[in-house]
Amino acid sequence: MARLYEFQSKKLLKEGGIRIPEGEVASSPEQAFQIAEKIGKPVVLKVQVWVTGRANFGGIQFAENPDEAIEKSSCLFGMKVRNFVVEKVLVEENLSIQSEYFVGLVVDDAQKTPLLIFSSVGGTGIEEIAQAHPEKIGQIPVDVVRGLRDYEARNLVRRTGISGKLLLRLSDTLVKLYGVARKCDARSAEINPLVLTKDNLVYAADCHLAVDDYAVFRHPELGIEVAREFDRPPTPLEKIAYHVEEKDHRGTFYFLQMTEEIPKEENSIGFNGAGGGGSMMSMDAVLNRGFKLSNYCDTSGNPAASKVYRAAKIILSQPHIKGYFASGSGVASQEQYHSARGLVKAFHEENLDIPGVIRLGGNFEEKAIEILAMYLKDIPAKVEGYGRDDSPEFCAGRMEELIRENDFVGHEVSPISDPIIPEDVYAFETFTGNISIDHKKCSDCKTKGCVEACKADILKLDDGKPVLAISKEEAKKGRCTECLACEIFCTFHEQEALTIHLPIPGLKEYRERILKGK
Amino acid sequence: MSILVDEESRVLVQGITGREGMVRTRLMKDYGTNVIAGVTPGKGGENVYGIPVYDSVEEAWERQGPVDISVIFVPAALVKDAALEAMDAGIKLLVIVPDRVPIFDVLEISQAAKERGASFVGPNTLGLVSPGKAVLGMIGGRAERAREWFRPGHVGVSSRSGGMTSAISYYLTEAGVGQSTIIHVGGDAVVGLSHPEVMELFEQDEQTEMVAMFGEIGTTQEERVADLIEKGKFTKPLIAFIGGKAAKSGTRFSHAGAIVEGSRGSYESKVRRLIKVGAHVVDAISDIPKVAKKLSKGDTQ
Repeated sequence: MARLYEFQSKKLLKEGGIRIPEGEVASSPEQAFQIAEKIGKPVVLKVQVWVTGRANFGGIQFAENPDEAIEKSSCLFGMKVRNFVVEKVLVEENLSIQSEYFVGLVVDDAQKTPLLIFSSVGGTGIEEIAQAHPEKIGQIPVDVVRGLRDYEARNLVRRTGISGKLLLRLSDTLVKLYGVARKCDARSAEINPLVLTKDNLVYAADCHLAVDDYAVFRHPELGIEVAREFDRPPTPLEKIAYHVEEKDHRGTFYFLQMTEEIPKEENSIGFNGAGGGGSMMSMDAVLNRGFKLSNYCDTSGNPAASKVYRAAKIILSQPHIKGYFASGSGVASQEQYHSARGLVKAFHEENLDIPGVIRLGGNFEEKAIEILAMYLKDIPAKVEGYGRDDSPEFCAGRMEELIRENDFVGHEVSPISDPIIPEDVYAFETFTGNISIDHKKCSDCKTKGCVEACKADILKLDDGKPVLAISKEEAKKGRCTECLACEIFCTFHEQEALTIHLPIPGLKEYRERILKGK
Repeated sequence: MSILVDEESRVLVQGITGREGMVRTRLMKDYGTNVIAGVTPGKGGENVYGIPVYDSVEEAWERQGPVDISVIFVPAALVKDAALEAMDAGIKLLVIVPDRVPIFDVLEISQAAKERGASFVGPNTLGLVSPGKAVLGMIGGRAERAREWFRPGHVGVSSRSGGMTSAISYYLTEAGVGQSTIIHVGGDAVVGLSHPEVMELFEQDEQTEMVAMFGEIGTTQEERVADLIEKGKFTKPLIAFIGGKAAKSGTRFSHAGAIVEGSRGSYESKVRRLIKVGAHVVDAISDIPKVAKKLSKGDTQ
C-alpha cells in the first residue's frame, strides 16, 4: 500500500467535500511562522510521518502564536522517527473539540468486500476501546458496485447510539469518505479522530489514506514515487531499484533495504529470493543461522536475465555484506538459466569478492547450475549453485561455511564505469539496453556461436558477421529478450566482440557517493 | 476424482494470442487439458496450436458449445472486463493468472461471481493441476516437467505461494506420495477461492485423503481454516507449513485493520490456531512428505 501523508490525505478529503481544519504544510520553521500568522489563531504543529502515536513521542505540539510556532517547529524538523527524518510539518488551526469519533475503511479478505467501521468514541486508544466497548463500534460491508447508500451510513452511526442532527452530519462524512477512498483506490482509509467542535461542526482532524499499489497507475495525480508498502520513505537505492521495476514488467523485481548502513562487523547477507513464499522460507533458513539480511529482494515471475542482472548489481551496491544468498521455492516453473546468466554477468563485472550460494531449483536447473559452475570459476569469490533437491537449510549452512572460509571479509563496493564502445561498431537497442558487436573482432571467431546461442532467433550471419535477422525496431520492442546468452558465449568462448550494456539510472552516482563517504 | 478440473473440463483461454497466453496454452494442451477455444478481441478467425480464436467469449460459446472454465491471461488493467465477460457468458470457474490486478477490481469480480454462482482462482495465481488429468494456468512451465513433478494420488495441495505449490508437490512426488489436485490460491490479499474455500472442496472430494497447505503471514485465511476444522466442516488430516516466522511483523498503519482482524494475520496466531484444532504444523518443507507418509492410509507403519 502506498501511504499518503496526512496533509495529502486531507487535501483529498477536502476535494471530496469533507471539512478539514484550516492549515498548510511547512518545510521550515519560517514557513510554519508564516502559516500560523495567516491562520491567526492558536495552531497545532504535526510532524508528517507514516507512524501512528505521534503525540507519544512529542511529534505534536501546540503554539499560541506565530513566534511559538517557529520555536516549537524548529524542534520538530529533523526529528528522527524510526527510519524517518521529519521534513514536513503540518500547521493547522487548533480546534476546540466537543467530542471525538472514529471512522475507518478496510478491505475484508474473508468477505471480499470493503468494510466500513464507525465508532462513537475516537482518538488514541481506539483499538482498546473497540475491545472493551464493542457496543460503541459498528461495521458494515459496502456493496462495491453500487457504493455506500446514505441510509446505510445513517444506520451504522445510529447503531452506536447517536441520533438527531449529529447522526446526519456524521453519516454524511462517512458517505463522502467512502467516495474519496473509492475514487483514489484506497485500500485503507481512516479519520481518527473525526471531531465535533464546540460550534457543532464536523471536522476530519487527522486522516490516513493508503492507495492500492496495483492501482497507482490510475492515479498519476497523486504523485506516488514508489508504490510499495513502507513505514518510511524509500531509500535512494530502493528508488533506483523501483525505477528498474517500473520500466520492465517482465517478471517481478522487489527490493527493500532492512537497513541503509550495515556495520562492518555485522554478519549481513545480500538476499535475492524468488517468489514470496519461497523467499520467506529461504529467509527463515538464513536468519535461523544467526545472520542478518541487508535487504529483501524478489526476482520471480519469469524475469528477463537483464532484470536479474540489475537486481544483483543493486544488491552488490551495499557495502560490508558478507555473502550473496539467492534462493526461491526450489521448484520454479520458469527456466532457471535466465537468472543464472544474469548473475554471471553481474558477478563478473563486479569481480565478486564475497561468496555466493545460488539455489536455482526448477525448470532446467541442471543447465542453470552448469552455467554458474562454468563461468564463475575465475572470479575471486566462490559461488556454488544448487537445485531443488538441496534444502534451504542446507544451502544456508553452505553460506555460513563459505563466509567462514572467506574469513568474514565484507563486500567492497566498486565504482561503475560505462563500457567504452568504439563508434563504428554494429549496434542496436534492446528493450532496456543496447548491444554492440565489434565486427572487426568477429573475423577471428571460428564458431559464430552467438548466433546459435540466441534462442530468440534474432541474429543471423551476414558475410560471416552476426547481425540482426529482424528490424532494429522489433529488437527494441522486445523480440530481443535480453537473455544474455550471446554475450556470455562471445566473452567466454570467443573474441569478446559483443557487449550488452544494461544501464541502471542513478546507480553509478549512488556508488560514487558511497565511495566518497568512506 | 479431483477438484475444480479434470480431463473432461472444457477450457477456454482469454488472451490466447498474447506472449504468456500462447506459451501457457501450449503447456495446457500438451499436458492433456481439453482446451476448446481461445478469445482475443479483434483476432477472431485465427488459431493457436490448432485451437480456434474468437472475438468474444459469447461467440466461442455459440460456436463451440458450453465452456466450464476460462483461464485469463490479459493485462492486469483489463482483467476485470475479461472476468465479467466470461461470467456473463455463463462460465462458472475462472483462473485469473495475471498479477497486479487492482483490489477494487477483484472485489467487483468477487461480487459478480457471488451473484452468478461462479467462482475464481487468483488473481496472481500460477494455476492448478489435477495430476494426470489437466493443468490450468502456468504451473509446471512445460508439460513434460509437470508430468515429472506432479503424480496422481491422494494428497490435496493448497498454497498461497506459486513456487511453494510446485515445491511441496514435487517433494511429495519424490517421496512417492501423489496428489489429487494442486492449487495455488494466488498471492494477493484478496483472492477468489482462498484456503478455507479450497478445504471445503477437498472435504467433498473422495480422492483426497489429506491436505498439505502452505500459508503465509497476513490475511485471515489460515485462521479461517482452523475455524472450519473446529466447526467440523473440514475433517481430513491437514499438514500446514507457515512462512514468515522470521519476518519482523510490520507496523500496523490502520486501526481499522486491527479492529477487524485483532491479532489474526501473524505467524504466531496462525500456528497457534492450527495446532489447537489438531492440524499437523511443520517447521520445514522436508517434513511435509514425512508427515504425509505417516498419515497415509496405505502405510502399514
